[in-house]
Amino acid sequence: MTTTTTRPSATEPTTPIGRSSDYLDNRTGIGHAVKEFARKVFPDHWSFLLGEIALYSFVVLLITGTFLTMFFVPSMSLSTYHGAPKTMDGLLMSDAFASTLRMSFEVRGGLLMRQIHHWAALVFMASIVTHMMRVFFTGAFRRPREFNWLIGFTLLLTGLLAGFTGYSLPDDVLSGNGLAIANGVVKSIPVIGSYMSYFIFGGDFPGEQIIPRLFTLHILLIPAIILALVALHLMFVVVHKHTQYPGGGRKDGNVVGFPLFPVYTAKAGGFFFVVFAVLSLMGATMAINTVWNYGPYDPSPISAGAQPDWYMLFLEGSLRLMPGQAEFVSWGDFTWSLNVLVPAVLPVLLLIGFALYPFIEAKVTHDDREHHVLDRPRNRPTRTGIGMAFLAFFVILAFAGSNDLIAIHFHLSINEITWFFRVFVFVGPWFAFWITKRICLGLQRKDRELVLHGHETGRIVRFASGEYIEVHRPLDEQERWVRVNYTAHQPLELPAPNGPKGTKDKAYKSAKRWAKLSRFFYEDRIEPVTPAELAASHSHGEHDALPGGEDHALVAPDHSVDATEQSH
Amino acid sequence: MSKTTDVTVPHPEGDLEHFQDPGIPEHRHRMADTDPKADKRAERQVVVLFTISVIGTIVALWAYFAIRPDGTTAGVRTSTMVLGLAIFFALAGIGVGAIHWAKTLMSDHEVVEDRHATRSPDDVREIAVQKLADGIKDSGIGRRGVLKGVVVSALALFPLTIAVPLISSVGGDWNVGTFRTTLWKKGTRLTYDPTGRPIKASDVTIGSAVHVIPEVTDEYRQSGEWISEKAKALVLMVRLDPRDFKPFAKGKENWTYDGIIAFSKICTHVGCPVALYEQQTHHLLCPCHQSTFDVADGAKVVFGPAKRPLPQLPITVDSEGYLVAQDGFDEPIGPSYWERLR
Amino acid sequence: MKALAARRHHRFAPVVLLLLALLVTGGVYAVLAPGQARADSASTQDIETGKKLFQANCATCHGLDAQGTDNAPSLIGVGAAAVDFQVSTGRMPMAMDGPQAQTKPRQMTEEQTSQLAAYIASLGAGPAIPTDEQVDGSKGNPANGAEIFRTNCAMCHNATGQGGALSEGKYAPSLERTSARNIYQAMLTGPQSMPVFNDANITPDEKRDVIAYLEAQREGSAGGATLGSLGPVSEGVWAWVVGLGLLIGAAVWIGAKSS
Repeated sequence: MTTTTTRPSATEPTTPIGRSSDYLDNRTGIGHAVKEFARKVFPDHWSFLLGEIALYSFVVLLITGTFLTMFFVPSMSLSTYHGAPKTMDGLLMSDAFASTLRMSFEVRGGLLMRQIHHWAALVFMASIVTHMMRVFFTGAFRRPREFNWLIGFTLLLTGLLAGFTGYSLPDDVLSGNGLAIANGVVKSIPVIGSYMSYFIFGGDFPGEQIIPRLFTLHILLIPAIILALVALHLMFVVVHKHTQYPGGGRKDGNVVGFPLFPVYTAKAGGFFFVVFAVLSLMGATMAINTVWNYGPYDPSPISAGAQPDWYMLFLEGSLRLMPGQAEFVSWGDFTWSLNVLVPAVLPVLLLIGFALYPFIEAKVTHDDREHHVLDRPRNRPTRTGIGMAFLAFFVILAFAGSNDLIAIHFHLSINEITWFFRVFVFVGPWFAFWITKRICLGLQRKDRELVLHGHETGRIVRFASGEYIEVHRPLDEQERWVRVNYTAHQPLELPAPNGPKGTKDKAYKSAKRWAKLSRFFYEDRIEPVTPAELAASHSHGEHDALPGGEDHALVAPDHSVDATEQSH
Repeated sequence: MSKTTDVTVPHPEGDLEHFQDPGIPEHRHRMADTDPKADKRAERQVVVLFTISVIGTIVALWAYFAIRPDGTTAGVRTSTMVLGLAIFFALAGIGVGAIHWAKTLMSDHEVVEDRHATRSPDDVREIAVQKLADGIKDSGIGRRGVLKGVVVSALALFPLTIAVPLISSVGGDWNVGTFRTTLWKKGTRLTYDPTGRPIKASDVTIGSAVHVIPEVTDEYRQSGEWISEKAKALVLMVRLDPRDFKPFAKGKENWTYDGIIAFSKICTHVGCPVALYEQQTHHLLCPCHQSTFDVADGAKVVFGPAKRPLPQLPITVDSEGYLVAQDGFDEPIGPSYWERLR
Repeated sequence: MKALAARRHHRFAPVVLLLLALLVTGGVYAVLAPGQARADSASTQDIETGKKLFQANCATCHGLDAQGTDNAPSLIGVGAAAVDFQVSTGRMPMAMDGPQAQTKPRQMTEEQTSQLAAYIASLGAGPAIPTDEQVDGSKGNPANGAEIFRTNCAMCHNATGQGGALSEGKYAPSLERTSARNIYQAMLTGPQSMPVFNDANITPDEKRDVIAYLEAQREGSAGGATLGSLGPVSEGVWAWVVGLGLLIGAAVWIGAKSS
């Protein structure tokens, strides 16, 4: 049966599908694309679906968002509201807030759509973060994917913006206070702060223009940017082909997995419906952003537990932790609001530093090969440690942003919690780095031990000589390959200085700095087992229960792992 | 940049230093591959799942028409929940069905595809460079320096025609001096927020916290302008035993009336309403970032991220016993900004 | 029936009957008592009994004549409403020192409370216990109550009255299960950290509106499970745990090889 004909000269199609395919291809040349992509191979792993969760929640956001725009009125004109719920009947409110109430209480399915939309936004950001973590910890950002890492990072930032502009739209007390805080942060910018505030609000805060402006950003500009970046992001996935986890037969020169059509189409397509289903379940059963409890925006009220959505909590937390003493007045009576500026800007700068990580790592590793086989996180202890430290920093800030809720639910003093977090925000990440790196090194040691001596079977055998030993079952080829197939990078070597000592040599100084950084990355490392070592271990006797196996498992030539303690 | 790296590429063929790649693991058959019964069972499961989806869609449509939210909390909740759960089944049926189908019935033999280096091959690069060179030559841009300069200038300048009007207009009148002014002036009555009833000094009992707005007309309170003015004019007034006050700052000795003291309610940190008054400690706490101000001590900061005390509103009573402002605030209210003191 | 008749003469029958009788009396008392006890009939005898109760339970901290000590405030002029609030919620007599007095099972009966209240009220004029009419939420306007609540109460008690943190370990309690009478009394008397909202600031009608708003909150949320009504933080936690939890679970299932 002919299902596709790529040339008009081919045998005339006879089946209905064949005829319509012929019609289509004659006009679009789609045959090329089908030939190229239909059986494109995708590796199978659950962690590769995290990005898909983000993509699908974005699609759900577009679908439900379109529904909401049909009923939302982006206007700050005030009028008296009459209708459900009874706690809002007869109050003066903006059209934006009134239309939010109407779509929730009068439009059938309106509240459901609002709730799915909001849950989808929270899950969208959460899946972006977990997807980024997967990419970071497995080294998927290495050449040739650095640009795609940056695109993904930009998507994270635009996602934040989309969320902030979105939850501010209903013009309720909670989000209005969020805008008040944003206004305060903007005003703290030196020199142009007050003008920036006027730029955003079109006059004094809150004015009568901010909601329509946020609406345009939220439904037009930001989604368009996200859509364009998503397209670019996916295009690069196709160009580079997907990365794969290490394993038998998986090389930088191939990709092993299932064909796009039909297996991956069914799995990925099915997963879209699963994502949409889970978000519907949440929207159906769990109340979110109950604006009718917060009330229409009025600058006077404020509710306990005034926090932004979770992805902005880190900024809230850093604002809460910064002591006020940092504000000062300089000569000329200019006010420097560093108590606001520093906590608002510092986390963002750190995020940008995180975005540049792939370039830093490539430099200290002196690595410009293409990588398509992923790292096991344990095999890059320093990178994994750095990732956990970053994560810890932002998680601690998010907790600090919830300090009032922690105080009331655990019966603690909010002042003490704040002081605890003021210290912990510096100590915690350092500790996370240290402990993660130790765990990685420990896991690598365990891998070595397994490769050299096999699984413990629990079977005790007595020899004729009276000696008891436990039988170890050697690893099979596949198990072993996963544990030995990696490179333990060495620190960069310091180049010789060009001139005599004391002369200024910028290139040398820079090289020295990079070498130093490289040492931080790679001086603690554990080499994979080589066949020679394995053979040597076997010659000790298959049954050797390896006392002191730790020691001869470490073969890093210049710095042994035990040097860590001295180097820090 | 040097092409040499210290990265050793693992050798797939293996030697003394490197293990041999064992190749793709042997394919393991699934139950449905070997057992026709399991195959049939899996197919039935997929059919059931897709049927659940169809039923879900029907229930969703029924729910949409049959369950009308009546505006009550319970009614809206029922409508949302039934419709949402039906949609959940309609979607989950398709999703789980398709995935189950793919997992149990479609071929699970792994396929290997070759990758090629991302960079274009040398000959392609050469052609690309040549084409660009040809184009540049055709345009003659290299020889015409002035032309090049003018083209670049024109392209760089023209966005200003859009950007300048845009930026200039969205800032309104740019009169940032309004940050300094509020509705409070000499003789403005203090009224209860949100009702607007004027406040008699004798009505404020010790331990009270009163949220205060300046007296304006009812029509004005329905206007959009009011929201922005209210955002600057908010005041929190409390009364405490006059003996509890620490000595007043110079020039502010007569700013209170019989233990009644009034401060701007807008936080000097980032502008949240500092609305939370603890009667026993006389502390004002901002629920947003926990800046704490001591009302008994000129609203000085005792904890948190704010630096400056809350601006104080000087108050007194008029001939009828109502509380009035002696004057407006003597400093800009709210968060700090660059030219605040100028 | 027969079995019951046969057991009528069982030797435990009187005990069971006695227990039943006690239960019924207790139940009837519980239903009827509050109304009776609150009826304003502060006789001199009540005041006398109240004084004795005061001296036995409260005088250690508040002073023999309720004039206050270094540890506790004077109670002269706080009124019957304050006493009823503090004692009926179990906050007083205080069990132990802490950042603030906690609610606990009440230590005194309705009758003792009203006697105590009568005694304190006799010391100096203060707010009286509100009538049932005044605290009847069904007569209030929940929308107006919502507005009053947002301006005056939500900053401590949260937008729906779930409670919130104050400084140094103190907190504003949840109002979810607070009785209408106690809500009214708290506004009127300003217990502990809470400021006073007298009838000039929040009129009696407005106080009833606030009660109406809080009672409307007890119908739950139109959106489904309230998740504690704590706002975006709890929503974020649920998005991660339920949303991402379920989806990662599904992803693992998709990635796993079928058996």
